[in-house]
Formats: sequence, structure tokens, C-alpha cells
Amino acid sequence: MNRRVRLLMVLAGGAGLAALLVAACLDMPGFGGDRHPYGDRAVHESLARRTANTIASVNFDQRAFDTLGEMTILFGAVLGTVVLLRQTRDERRAAPRPEDVAPPVRRYALAVLPVAVLTGLYVIAHGQLSPGGGFQGGVVAATALHLLYLGADYRALERIRPVGLYEVGDALAASAYLVLGLAGVLAGTAFLANTLLPYGTFNTLTSGGTVPLLNAAIGMEVACAVVVLLARFLDQAVEIEEESGT
Amino acid sequence: MSVLPYLVAVWIFLVGAHGLATSRNLIHAVGCLAVCQSGTYVLLLAVGYREGATAPVYADLEPGSRPVVDPVVQALALTDVVVGATVTALLLALVMQIAKRHGTVDPDELSELRG
Repeated sequence: MNRRVRLLMVLAGGAGLAALLVAACLDMPGFGGDRHPYGDRAVHESLARRTANTIASVNFDQRAFDTLGEMTILFGAVLGTVVLLRQTRDERRAAPRPEDVAPPVRRYALAVLPVAVLTGLYVIAHGQLSPGGGFQGGVVAATALHLLYLGADYRALERIRPVGLYEVGDALAASAYLVLGLAGVLAGTAFLANTLLPYGTFNTLTSGGTVPLLNAAIGMEVACAVVVLLARFLDQAVEIEEESGT
Repeated sequence: MSVLPYLVAVWIFLVGAHGLATSRNLIHAVGCLAVCQSGTYVLLLAVGYREGATAPVYADLEPGSRPVVDPVVQALALTDVVVGATVTALLLALVMQIAKRHGTVDPDELSELRG
């Protein structure tokens, strides 16, 4: 099939899909409407369990089981990337060369690095109170470490980033989530049900029952997963080279 | 016009799908898939919007004092973003392997089987 025929087929199919989607849109409840039955119930439940950030309550309490699935997808994707981007037989590992970095870049990166890591940890810790949480804070903390790659060079990054430890951390955090869920079963309630711990005082760090703990587990999992993912891609770019003559 | 945000989501999705179908480069195709997925973010957030409402975070908001947008779809959008990012990473890793094994990232040149 040549490109012209294929483009025509795509356009025809796309036009049909567009017509169906537009027809569906015209039938949807109006934008900005006041009827959100699930949202209202979620807000009510979240306040009843003293979780200030309703989205954290939805993610780690009302839909905690779905978040387990989401975390498993993340874990599986990291596993797949690690397997796909491993060093193959016809490749060798070259030691990264020290690189010169412009002094302003170096100063800025090194000054921002601790602030960025702290911001990531803050966002994780306050996930149940303010916008943010384990997913967002984990990504901030993990990418903050890579400022060292921009500000110094790859060898400096490798020294503070033993990938093996982060792989273990990823697995530990994933199991911590499962164990927290199973603790509910052992206590005689249900898997991942938020009835294990006292709900605490509204709008404090310890409020929300198991929400802060699950949130912390996710924060650690995401941070470790992003570090491992980026390490595999950076290894491909910086360290792994094809054997000459193959 | 109250359906415009939904139509924007549809448009973003279709643009991404068109890019996917006509792509000459697998990295570009992965980017197009991310564009398709952004359409779903817009759709989810548009579904949850409520006129004059604020974020569903009660850290500095008296409960019941103001309407809030739907937190359920916001949580779904978060899930969507996370899954989108991990799938992008996995697909890019696959593209790297394809580039190494076949020496090309043009999907049209990948049609023949190699043993």
C-alpha cells in the first residue's frame, strides 16, 4: 500500500471518528455545569476522613486499589526499560570522560540542586494537604539529582547515584504499598481500606489515616523509578558504545 | 460556547492520531502518541470543571465555602499522566533497540522480516 492510499484511508477513517466524537461531545453535559455527583461524594468522604487534599484522598484512599495498578504499570515499565536497554554482547562500556561546564551553569546547578531536592521531598510529604503528592514530588526529587549531570559531569552523578540501590528502593517501595494494603486485611478489614490508623487532626501532616504512608511509598517508588529510567537512557547516551568493526 | 473544551480535546486527539498514521520517524510517532494522550487530559479536566469553582484542596479553604471542581477526574488525569510518561519511556527504549538492530527509525523501512 503506497503512502497516498494510506493517507486517504487515514483521512476517511479520521473523518468518521471525528464525526462520532463531535456527536458525542454535543450530547455531553454542558461544560462548567453544576452536577458532579461523584465529585461531591468524593469531597464528602475526603473531609470525613480528614484528608485536606481531596485528590490524595481519591488516589490513596477511595481508589487506592487502582493506584496499586498504576504503580504496577510504572514498575513494569521500568522493568521493561531495564531489560531493553541493557548492555548487549556487541557493546562495551566506556568510562565517561570528564567534561568542561561553563562556570555560571555549574554555579547555578549546584545552588539549585539542594533546593530542588528539598522541594521534591516537601511536595511528597505534604501530598495529603496541598496540591502535589508522591507522583509529582517523586519526579521533582529524582530529576533534581540530575542537575549534578548538568552542573558537573556524568561521573559526579554516578557517584551519588548507585543505580542498584535505587532499583532495590523501587522494589521496596512497591512492596511497602502492598504490605500496607495487607495490613488492613490482617487487621480484619479489607485490602487497602483506610480504617487501620486514626484519622488525626484535619490539615496536619499526620492526618488522613494511611493516606500519608501510601503517599510516601508512592513518592519513593516514583523517585527511584525515574532515577533508574533516566540512568538507563543516560548510560546508552554516555557510556555504552558499539564494538568497533561490528 | 459550552462544548468548545470537549471539541478542543477531540481536535488534539485527532491531530495526534493523524501524526501517528503519517509518521516517518518512530521517535516522532512516540511524540504523536503523547499528543493523543494530552487530548484525554483536556477531556478529563473539561468534564470535571464547574463554573466559578476552585481546586478541591481544603488546606486553606473552609469546607463548603466555595464550589470545587470534580476531584475524581483530576485524580484520573494524574493517573493518565503517570501512565503516559512510563509508556513513553518504554516505547523510546524500544525505538532505541529498533534503531540499533535495524539501523533505521522509519516505520516504512521496517516492513520486511529479518531472522
